[in-house]
Amino acid sequence: MAEPLVPRRRSPAEGLLEGSRLRELSFLAQAELRVDPDEAEAASRMAEQFLGCPLPGPGRATGSGTPYVLWSGPGRYLVVDADATGRGLCAGLRSALGGEYGRLCAAVADLSAQRTVLELRGPDAGEVLARGCPMDLHPRVFGPGSYAQTVVGKAAVGLHRTGGPVGPGAPAGSGAEGEASAFRVLVRASFADYLARFLTGAADDVRRERAGAVG
Amino acid sequence: MLLIPCPWCGPRDEREFRYGGQAHIAYPADPSALDDRAWAEYLFLRDNPAGAFAERWFHASGCRAWCDVRRDTVDYTVAGSCPTGAHGADADADAGQGPCASPYCVRRATPADAEGGAR
Repeated sequence: MAEPLVPRRRSPAEGLLEGSRLRELSFLAQAELRVDPDEAEAASRMAEQFLGCPLPGPGRATGSGTPYVLWSGPGRYLVVDADATGRGLCAGLRSALGGEYGRLCAAVADLSAQRTVLELRGPDAGEVLARGCPMDLHPRVFGPGSYAQTVVGKAAVGLHRTGGPVGPGAPAGSGAEGEASAFRVLVRASFADYLARFLTGAADDVRRERAGAVG
Repeated sequence: MLLIPCPWCGPRDEREFRYGGQAHIAYPADPSALDDRAWAEYLFLRDNPAGAFAERWFHASGCRAWCDVRRDTVDYTVAGSCPTGAHGADADADAGQGPCASPYCVRRATPADAEGGAR
């Protein structure tokens, strides 16, 4: 058999996560948006028309499906879209942000190849991450719709807790765990191997300790 | 470890930050007018107080922004943090200016949402 001329594209954590509760959401389109403070209002308005959700405030994420937007620093946003290509997403953002003045009011860069996304689900997801993360991940502090850039183990990551905001009807202190406890961990491609091993190891430890506590 | 309040991200662990030395060191207005001693002082000489110290921290693993933190070098209490350039070098001289946008601004009498912010 002849090798195909173009090698198959390989995701950064491929083959590492079989049989674990961690999965990789590979090849998501990611675009960074950089906005000057004096153009923030216009850029936010035009981006909202294109994205269908407002640009988030510090520590937050907006948009539920595709695309969604993460706050990654003062004047910096990461737009993530599973249904687009990085090039397409950037072209769309550029045309939307150039609409009013005929020139761009924000910088757009395609970062799709920079990071991959690991998704961690289940009631213990927060505890698994807490093995390597100095942040308080309790849902009262880091609830659904939160996004923060921090470290897990030795890797710099973006942590996104998915799910809608906890409504006033949700019972206090409960409920937020369980279904809402899905974390998306955005990690640089070269750190994906390390982080996948770190998290699967941490998940094994948590499971073993739970089993020991019961039996 | 220190718990450093980032003006944007809130209180975070020290390991997310990088230290940037003393804050408010202004670049000389006319560098060519400086003699060697004055230039060396600008480059190398820094205050080393036992007590309140204004220093820069870079939130390297977080929002990647610099902030000015006031920290006590004796007991390591962090009084607050502001975006760089929000205030001048002498925090007490122009105290009438009022606090900046940071919820942890050193000029706030009671830091807003500062539970855990100042340690």
